[in-house]
Amino acid sequence: MGQKLLMKGNEVIAEAAIRAGCRHYFGYPITPQTELMHYMAKRMPAVGGVFLQAESEVAAINMVYGAASTGHRVLTSSSSPGISLKQEGISYIAGAQLPAVIVNIMRGGPGLGGIQPSQSDYFQATKGGGHGDYHMVVLAPASIQELYELTVDAFNISDRYRVMTMILGDGVLGQMMEVVDFRDEEIIETYDKSWAANGHGNKREHNMITSIHLDPAVLEQWNIGFQNKYKLISQNEQRYELFNCDDAEIILVAYGSVARICKGVIKEAAAQGIKLGLLRPITLFPFPAEAFEKVLNIPKAFLTVEMSSGQMVEDVRLTIEGRKPVYFTGRMGGMIPTVNDIISKVKEIKEKHD
Amino acid sequence: MEVVFKAPHALVDVPMHYCPGCTHGIAHRLVAEAIDELDIEGKTIGVSPVGCAYNNYLYFNCDMVQAAHGRAPAVATGIKRSLPDNIVFTYQGDGDLAAIGTAEIVHAATRGENITVVFINNTIYGMTSGQMAPTTLLGQMTTTTPFGRDPKVNGFPIRISEMLATLEGPAYIERVSLHDVRHIRKAKEAVKKAFKVQLARKGFSLVEVLSTCPTNWGLNPVEALKRVEKEMIPHYPLGVFVGADLEV
Repeated sequence: MGQKLLMKGNEVIAEAAIRAGCRHYFGYPITPQTELMHYMAKRMPAVGGVFLQAESEVAAINMVYGAASTGHRVLTSSSSPGISLKQEGISYIAGAQLPAVIVNIMRGGPGLGGIQPSQSDYFQATKGGGHGDYHMVVLAPASIQELYELTVDAFNISDRYRVMTMILGDGVLGQMMEVVDFRDEEIIETYDKSWAANGHGNKREHNMITSIHLDPAVLEQWNIGFQNKYKLISQNEQRYELFNCDDAEIILVAYGSVARICKGVIKEAAAQGIKLGLLRPITLFPFPAEAFEKVLNIPKAFLTVEMSSGQMVEDVRLTIEGRKPVYFTGRMGGMIPTVNDIISKVKEIKEKHD
Repeated sequence: MEVVFKAPHALVDVPMHYCPGCTHGIAHRLVAEAIDELDIEGKTIGVSPVGCAYNNYLYFNCDMVQAAHGRAPAVATGIKRSLPDNIVFTYQGDGDLAAIGTAEIVHAATRGENITVVFINNTIYGMTSGQMAPTTLLGQMTTTTPFGRDPKVNGFPIRISEMLATLEGPAYIERVSLHDVRHIRKAKEAVKKAFKVQLARKGFSLVEVLSTCPTNWGLNPVEALKRVEKEMIPHYPLGVFVGADLEV
């Protein structure tokens, strides 16, 4: 059953959001995620939803804040420079504990950078980005099918914990087309939203959505609450894929479209008699420490591959804590690492450890 | 005994933190009276600003959402688009609305967003201790214009109501003043009309309220009210800029 369609990544995210019950989208155009907006502009009126092109990314994220305050499922999307502009609102959404979903289809930076794919917003996505001690849940799909499934999950996770969830993709995933197999019915989890500001109807006390607490003792208590929530999320929500790790000499660590390239590397290396595995984080926050514990004793070393100067590799090192050597290779600025680039690095590491 | 005057239900019965002689308290009361008289408290959602009124979510008895500096019109848009049958208002000062939030107010207005904006113009930043606002009058001394606002350095005061009135989106824009009882009564009618415009789904409504800041102006409350009349009204004339003929 289900419905199989050939679709572009950006459009799949939009369709998945609608299937997940999201009826509110606020955005601002930026390459390479704009097809998501175009899809919403057409589809939202057809399903009785709201599509609104905001005057800026700043306004769009604040519209998200408003819609999320009413308890509705809401989405915004952008790409790297636009996500920087949204950081103010993201911090407020975290502080006010509102559930909402945001998509970052990353492009090369810093500054206006370029429009080719990149993974250089890993720090911004996983470490906070805006001001204050907070995290978003960060999901990193590696296929069009996963873009669909993780977008649906993102709405459920956001509602479950009252957090913002980010779909962190890159220009490759946003722009590529693949077959997606839609389920007949989505699992839309429902949670208590009696906190929402939706009019008290003279039936309850007035609700207040806020992130300001001028008494430091009170603000600390809020922060302790946030940290406890992040711990709970870390216990419950770590996701990852282990591929070909059982007897790997070196385990590659990569997420998103780079993980796909790494699968090609594993095949090519096998043809050359080198056994490689792949540890693919699917949740970047919470970082899947469990996966590293499972395979820690198998390889001689880990090699992290990213389209950045080496950002996730810091979390890999923090997780492995010196128990195994950790190497890095990557490309920047919108350049994509090739199979040969990665195999050269693998051989270099092998020489050191054989 | 018949009760002829009481606190509005839409105001929570707690002490307010505003300075003596500040007109925020009066403006809050006018909003609350309008909510009571239109019997809309149960379906109203207010948006609090950044500035002296940042925590007025504690004072209004309807559901409230606190917004980032200047973003209240965007937040209100998100709320109103989610709950089109509810009543949504923002309460914003001149630093919030006329400086950092200029884009948000202009675009909410031009979209004809069906929300009500209560805009407090006291020509100064109050909460952060008396800096120049976009509305600060020429020559006015503030902590960031200690020698008076000089147009060569700081440009000219901005007239928000007139500027927004050039747009086609707004349904109703009026500037009122709180400097004496007669004007407070007119202000009350304007605030109530703004909510009625929203109830009638006519679109964007804004009431600019000329207000005092005795603390940061360095004036006593009586002198502050006189300043509104003598110095502010000549630069910010009172009246209806959009929707004079609108019957609601």
